[in-house]
Amino acid sequence: MSATATSPLPGKRGPGTAQATDQSVAVSAKPVTWKTPVMLALLALVAFVFFGLMGPNQTAEFGISTGGDFFQLPAVEVPAFLGGIVLSVILLGLAAYAVFLKTKGQAAPAWLPITFTVLFVTAFLIWVVGGARTPSISLAGLIAGSVTLAVPLVFGSLSGVLCERVGVVNIAIEGQLLGGAFTAAMVATMTRNPFLGLLAAAVAGAVVSMVLAVFSIKYLVNQIIVGVVLNVLVSGLTGFLFSTVMQANKAQFNSPVGLDNIEIPVLSGIPIIGPILFKQTLVGYLMYVAVIVVWLGLFKTKWGLRVRAVGEHPQAADTLGINVNATRFWNVTIGGAIAGIGGSFFTLVAIDSFTKEISGGRGFIALAALIFGRWNPIGAFFAALLFGFADNLQSIVTIIGTPVPSQFMAMLPYLVTVLAVAGLVGRSRPPAASGIPYVKG
Amino acid sequence: MSDKHPRKHSAGQHAKPVGASPAAEETAAAVALDTAGGAMEPSAVPATAQSGKLPGGSETLARRIFTGSGMVSVLAVLLALIIGGLLIASTDERVGATSTYLFARPSDFLSAVWTAATGSYVALFQGAIFNPLASSVGVQFAPLMETLTIATPLITAGLGVALAFRAGLFNIGAQGQIIMAGILAAWVGFALHLPVGLHLLLVLVAGIVGGALWGGLVGLLKARTGAHEVILTIMFNYVALYFLGYLLNTPAFQRPGESNPISPILDPTAVYPQILGSQYRLHLGFILAIAATVLVWWLLNRSTVGFEFRAVGANPKAAQTAGINVSRSTILVMAIAGALAGMSGVAQVAGTEKVLTDGVAATYGFDAITVALLGRSTPWGTFAAGLLFGAFRAGAVQMQIQTGTPIDIVLVVQSLIVLFIAAPPLVRAVFGLNPRRRKPAKAGRSQKAATTGGAA
Amino acid sequence: MVRVLKLELRGITKRFGSLLANDHIDVVVEPGQIHCLLGENGAGKSTLMNVLYGLYEPTEGEILIDDKPVSFRGPGDAMAAGIGMVHQHFMLVPVFTVAENVALGAESTKTGGFLNLDDTRRKIKEISDRYGFDVDPDALVEDLPVGVQQRVEIIKALVRDARVLILDEPTAVLTPQDTDELLDIMRQLKSSGTSIVFISHKLREVKAVSDTITVIRRGKVVGSADPAASTAELASMMVGRAVSLTLDKAPAKPRERTFQVKDLTVIAPSGQHVVDGISFDIARGEILALAGVQGNGQTELTEAILGLQERVHGSIMLDGEELLGRSVKDVLNSGVGFVPEDRSVDGLIGTFSIAENLILDRYDQPPFAKGISMSPAKVLENAKTRIGEFDVRTQSGSLAAGTLSGGNQQKVVMARELSRPLRLFIASQPTRGVDVGSIEFLHKRIVAERDHGTPVLIVSTELDEVMELADRIAVVYKGKLVGIVPAGTGRDVLGLMMAGISPEDAAPTDTSHADKLPAENGHPGTDTPETPRTSTASAEGGDHV
Repeated sequence: MSATATSPLPGKRGPGTAQATDQSVAVSAKPVTWKTPVMLALLALVAFVFFGLMGPNQTAEFGISTGGDFFQLPAVEVPAFLGGIVLSVILLGLAAYAVFLKTKGQAAPAWLPITFTVLFVTAFLIWVVGGARTPSISLAGLIAGSVTLAVPLVFGSLSGVLCERVGVVNIAIEGQLLGGAFTAAMVATMTRNPFLGLLAAAVAGAVVSMVLAVFSIKYLVNQIIVGVVLNVLVSGLTGFLFSTVMQANKAQFNSPVGLDNIEIPVLSGIPIIGPILFKQTLVGYLMYVAVIVVWLGLFKTKWGLRVRAVGEHPQAADTLGINVNATRFWNVTIGGAIAGIGGSFFTLVAIDSFTKEISGGRGFIALAALIFGRWNPIGAFFAALLFGFADNLQSIVTIIGTPVPSQFMAMLPYLVTVLAVAGLVGRSRPPAASGIPYVKG
Repeated sequence: MSDKHPRKHSAGQHAKPVGASPAAEETAAAVALDTAGGAMEPSAVPATAQSGKLPGGSETLARRIFTGSGMVSVLAVLLALIIGGLLIASTDERVGATSTYLFARPSDFLSAVWTAATGSYVALFQGAIFNPLASSVGVQFAPLMETLTIATPLITAGLGVALAFRAGLFNIGAQGQIIMAGILAAWVGFALHLPVGLHLLLVLVAGIVGGALWGGLVGLLKARTGAHEVILTIMFNYVALYFLGYLLNTPAFQRPGESNPISPILDPTAVYPQILGSQYRLHLGFILAIAATVLVWWLLNRSTVGFEFRAVGANPKAAQTAGINVSRSTILVMAIAGALAGMSGVAQVAGTEKVLTDGVAATYGFDAITVALLGRSTPWGTFAAGLLFGAFRAGAVQMQIQTGTPIDIVLVVQSLIVLFIAAPPLVRAVFGLNPRRRKPAKAGRSQKAATTGGAA
Repeated sequence: MVRVLKLELRGITKRFGSLLANDHIDVVVEPGQIHCLLGENGAGKSTLMNVLYGLYEPTEGEILIDDKPVSFRGPGDAMAAGIGMVHQHFMLVPVFTVAENVALGAESTKTGGFLNLDDTRRKIKEISDRYGFDVDPDALVEDLPVGVQQRVEIIKALVRDARVLILDEPTAVLTPQDTDELLDIMRQLKSSGTSIVFISHKLREVKAVSDTITVIRRGKVVGSADPAASTAELASMMVGRAVSLTLDKAPAKPRERTFQVKDLTVIAPSGQHVVDGISFDIARGEILALAGVQGNGQTELTEAILGLQERVHGSIMLDGEELLGRSVKDVLNSGVGFVPEDRSVDGLIGTFSIAENLILDRYDQPPFAKGISMSPAKVLENAKTRIGEFDVRTQSGSLAAGTLSGGNQQKVVMARELSRPLRLFIASQPTRGVDVGSIEFLHKRIVAERDHGTPVLIVSTELDEVMELADRIAVVYKGKLVGIVPAGTGRDVLGLMMAGISPEDAAPTDTSHADKLPAENGHPGTDTPETPRTSTASAEGGDHV
């Protein structure tokens, strides 16, 4: 059997061209997988069958304006069955397009899954509302409520982004939120000053983060272990102090002065956008600021370049004179402070006192949001909004009486995350060195 | 966790010339330094690093006790208890009162601190092991029986977490696995009516299958899509929790005439017999937990399946190259881990609680993680850690009744123990046990990097 | 304009615990020189350079720049002092662009700490123009060929105004042609006033470019050498004894061709054909060496044979049985011995005991297991035998395999694979990172397996190893087979073939004596292209030590 008879030779290539393209075999090209198209197709099919074919026959009504608005817009009325059919057909079309691209060896462009998600959620909403006893909800209220519920999630996921981008997995977001909530309540009560409470919450979150940093960076304890254990520790600690200190003397320790809404005149009267952008508490405004600052910082500044280098290839950063472990330590600490601020939301905005486990697992939803948002502050922000939306919808559907049990609505963020990590998000890849301790040498 | 890197010790011994010339040994080591460096990262889970057999002979017993993991574990528990005690004291009223004249009479303050801390711990002990104040011997040992009862689900779920750790997988999902097992087991227990023996067996099987499926699904998703098991298991915990909440509001699961989310009581044929008589809650589940420990020990150390698990956990690429089916191992180990956690679910619904509520898993699934970590992911270590944490849990109830110290203190102590155990240098530093190493700390670190190839 | 540095290392000692990696090393790098540190793998060269670069703190000794002692607490200090380093494993962030990588650590910023990458792009362009590099500042590093990545590393050092450039084994990943270009760049840098510390164990390159050679052995300086010294002389200095430069190897006695690969194609997840229609066969009692620059499909080819690759087309026949589509376990059980190229990643489990590693692919077979129950006693017993047989230097089989030196680790892998009856033996990079003593031993065992009548496939990127072991040489380039040539083929021809030039074009026009084996590359008349080399080969053959 002769060797090269069947294998065409690479031709008479000069050394010059050969060298330029040399090694291209070793280059890791981004694989185009079937995961995304298949996932989209399945979801589109689900939408078609449930929201479309089996869609309810009522008309869903969505209120746009609220009483306090600057000008009033009429409510939007959508025939649920027709709306479901139309939207799910578009979804099928998008899925088909993704499949078509895949057959040509191309990945779906970024807008495709985003558009898909928006349309899917819309179709879902029409289906839910259309099938309710009273098929009418206030869209403005729904969205404003979603943003409010998303606030701690956004802060939590920003904490996760900062930590993971620098190479430390932060499972302790839940603990940071809880620590922030507790401290904010306590300090805001004792000082009668919500701003000091906010500051204290940031410090508390940072302290939790420092423990994470010390154990994972100095003592090289597995980061996931530290995170998991820290959540238990903070839960125990706040629970203990709540029972011993706060409950005994609620007036002195657990009746914080809350943060008020700051309304920006005129702008806050714009329908839908007004309440979410211009009628927020300080924490709410800080959320928008934090998202933008973290994004700019990570991707446009010297600090961000170094942070990302440490998270991707710590040895390379080290050989360029960047102190890997110090960078990690401070980033994780800042992350904790941000999550702590998010935690203050629970006791300074949402509820007027601290209770045990007040964060209720939102730290884990924040973790999910950061993964769903592909380790990007903006992505994490929108993912958190989506999860806040699901959270809000859950309480609304109970009120308007839909056939969907509220528990399933509550499950949604978690199921979406499972789909996300299993491939819907496709090419997402975490920072290469995330979770790996750096030891010199 | 000094046996976390067995290589570290043995490298030291290795450098002592045996037959080869010192120079040759040195070169060999230098080669290892230059070539192995960076190639091997420290394994994801410290506990997986222990190979089946470790060299025993050359280290003296005394040295091992004082520098070894055993001592660190004891000291870690001690340190955690001290911190917990200080926390208890700091919120104690008498301590607060005496602190106002601290400088005038410091002895009052110190004795108040001592009383507050020890008072709680004595109550904890009485609630966990032995209550000398009780009327009869049988009642005096009732706390110990309660400890064993509470330890039962901790042990089996802990074994599930530990087994997954050894295969390099972080099973944060024991909580969800317990819930799914509880759902299935409870349903078989109250909805079916079967003969004695068969019914209980079916309950057990249903629970184990429930846990195995819920765990195995995570394994399947990881093997097929590469999704990270930590995220998957966390998410699955919540899915299971809400699913349980939903079921308990459906006619199929809700006790008739009850508006609370609680299931009917399981048939008498479907529950574990109380092994030491009806005065104690201790049930057959504890015996099964011992059996499970033996089984997991055998599986890990004496079976080809365990060899595969450990190989996949320590170096999946090498395992694959040696012909081990990594995907299959991942699915299988998660299924077995889920099955073990499932036994905890069965112990809860068929042993301790005898009904299904939305609190069926309590926090056992999360405690199981700390149990496995404290037990260093070895079967018997996990067993012992399960007993310890079971004692904390049982004693905490008594403590709260007697001294008003909230149960939450147990969470604090428990998590501190795990943190300290994971960082032996910290514990040794606190107790001043490593003065030699303090100074050349930097060199020490580099050496470790060199010998473990830990350039990561 | 040119600030020239004199660099001196005085009495540098570096200990890692009980291990002495550098022992009172003195080196003086004169300004504007190419100073070579020559030494075999593990001699302590990289450690020394990491000390110089501030990555390690020396246990003893000092570094002097222009006769003034300096102390580096980190690479930042070293860079500030004018020292730049190109590491053996590139220190580039794969997901960053070239500009981002170059900027990292020495960023130009606008107000507010915002990056000014335009400034970096301009600098890259300047340097690229000066040295004739063709580098796009906005390309992602992970998309660049290795040779270009190396240039990015050099740019990184030059942007930081490095006056002394340390190049750590820079040619390990390059084709002979790329290597020549690199040597040119080094000369160019030297003429523009940059001193270069060139770390290598490849004698030919060292001789070609160095002004001064310092030889390091077992952490000590054993002397200086003149670049004009003979290869054999340098080799014996480096190794510490007279080196037998050729392997005693009887001519192959090939028998029936029991292993055939036909039209083998492997498709990567990216859709690329990483192995592209390769066909060859190997006879019993014959060694076929697969030569080529790293990353031209060799890894995928061997993995495809073992069943580790997913998308494979073609046919792989062993003794008339098709191996394709079978599981790894099946392939191993059918008598294929496999030594993977990266033993610490694929071949061994560092935390497992040596004994366990010695049965890694037979843990579930008798006598080690009955059903699913294993017998630890049998495992240890087997370890004793193999450790003795393969001269693994260890105290006990129950020690973790990670404690062994590279050479001894490789012996463990080799012992495992060779301790059962084989019908095919595949070894990738059998002696990479292995000390000289072990190399000889391992090569002898490979030849012994051949003489035992097993078809042997060796994959090596070290041309010297290929030339030493092979009975026939197959060269791959970009996943395709360039050709199969007889053992005696010259280095220059092989070098050109490794760059994708077909054997006819690569061969010099003269024809010479035919080897024992006819060429098998299927081209008419190719049983002749071969250069007379017997006289030079022995001298050059020592290169890889």
